[in-house]
Amino acid sequence: MSTQTATAAITTPKPPADHARPVHFRIWRGDKDTGAFVEYTVNVTEGMVLLDCVHRIQAEQASDLACRWNCKAGKCGSCSAEINGKPSLMCMTRMDTLPPDKVVTVEPMRSFPLIRDLVTDVSWNFRVKKTIKPFKPRKPDNADGSWTMFQQDIDRVQEFRKCIECFLCQDVCHVIRDHHKEDEFIGPRFLMYTAALEMHPLDTEDRVGDLKNRDGIGYCNITKCCTKVCPEHIGITDNAIIPMKERVVDEFYDPITRLFRIFKGKK
Amino acid sequence: MTRSPIPLPQVRGFLQTQRTDYWWVTPILVLLGLGSFVIYSTWAAFQGCNYFIGGIDQPGVQRLLSPFYSPVLWDPTGINSGHAWFGQLPGWWPSFIPFSPALLILPFPAGFRFTCYYYRGAYYKAFWGDPVSCAVGEPGFRGGNYRGEQKFPLIMQNIHRYFLYAAVLFIGLLAWDGIASLQHYNADGTRSFGLSVGSLILIINPIFLSLYTFGCHCMRHFVGGNHDCLSCSMDGGNAYRKVTWLNQRHMLFAWISLFGVAFTDIYVRLCANGTWTDLRIL
Repeated sequence: MSTQTATAAITTPKPPADHARPVHFRIWRGDKDTGAFVEYTVNVTEGMVLLDCVHRIQAEQASDLACRWNCKAGKCGSCSAEINGKPSLMCMTRMDTLPPDKVVTVEPMRSFPLIRDLVTDVSWNFRVKKTIKPFKPRKPDNADGSWTMFQQDIDRVQEFRKCIECFLCQDVCHVIRDHHKEDEFIGPRFLMYTAALEMHPLDTEDRVGDLKNRDGIGYCNITKCCTKVCPEHIGITDNAIIPMKERVVDEFYDPITRLFRIFKGKK
Repeated sequence: MTRSPIPLPQVRGFLQTQRTDYWWVTPILVLLGLGSFVIYSTWAAFQGCNYFIGGIDQPGVQRLLSPFYSPVLWDPTGINSGHAWFGQLPGWWPSFIPFSPALLILPFPAGFRFTCYYYRGAYYKAFWGDPVSCAVGEPGFRGGNYRGEQKFPLIMQNIHRYFLYAAVLFIGLLAWDGIASLQHYNADGTRSFGLSVGSLILIINPIFLSLYTFGCHCMRHFVGGNHDCLSCSMDGGNAYRKVTWLNQRHMLFAWISLFGVAFTDIYVRLCANGTWTDLRIL
């Protein structure tokens, strides 16, 4: 794939408004076969986020620039990209947090096949999700078909429910990004999804064997990159992946715990 | 189940990245910090001397023992630390194997740190670039042959909890050394209470080690992480919450305790070889 830098033909931004400052961008343009960085300049005013700049480029300089977005509030997980090399949401990246005098590089997520410009095909994630055993609650506790549980039991799981499925964690994970183990490893998003089900106080399904044998939890080497890029600040590694790794150890690697489990008759 | 591979046209080489921040600072600091500790502790472990002060022939000096050498199972021939559980090195020890009391001890705390979840993530990055940093290109030779902790040899990291058991035991022993450091010998061979800077260091050291050890991810698993129902536990999840608090600061306590234990050894060593004098407070 070509990586040369081209300069857009139509790059004449309007004169700066009061307090506006010109910011130079390098945005990846291309499809799955070819592409290059193209330079644009945008007059940035106070309060703008990077997605605003991309929209302004679309409106004024490159109407064919492809970019996926929806809520512009950090809740839909659509506008994932790599900004100055860091996987981030474009709508949550305030322009005043970027170095003011440097060119801003915007690329699509590198771990997924490119459709066009900043839009990638993340459908692999949805295929993976379908393979995880679904929630299987125990019999209802009460005659009216309801269950009783306490907030502190569900707190751990609720943290994982904040996930907006932006797939930045999948993008940054080196097991997928650099080693292309996507056929043997489900990635941090789905290790966390499995943890949310597995740690649920009502759930009776056992997914620990799948985690070890099919989902490749052992490929995670705890670099915590997923945690660092999570826009919802979920403790993916410490609160989901490592607890699952420990449950795998309980079931497969620790003879003493296995002995206890046999005597206690746990699932 | 079909998870068709995803074609990835953009593969970067070693250290290639679009990141513009100082991403290389942390791996370098870890490399220097951990590397220095490993080199120093290895050197100190092989010395086999200058690991204590305040023996019976040093009246008035507080009894300090280096944490690298505690517990002393046998003293090397010709040394009487007063801390050895079984006296002098027995005659059956093969002469071709160099002996130092620390060599029998250090594998346990070293194993605990080597298999620690925090250190794993840190040294995988700093020492063998796997990855060097987030979203930075890796050495190309690994590529699709990556095994992670899924297969041998790193699958052995799952032994971590057994090192945790040893680490808890060692905290008890080091706490006892801290208490013992409040004593000194008198000229008539009796022992008296006293307090020195070294005593304070030996007391603070196991406290730092406790903050690190009891915040371990395995500990968190044992006190509630292995149950789906926290409220069902005897203490209502109280221990889990406390360990979680420590666990959220695991990296901080990992480094504080690492430098703490190294400094404690350095202090005792420099006092033992006469470079420093342990200042008596009481």
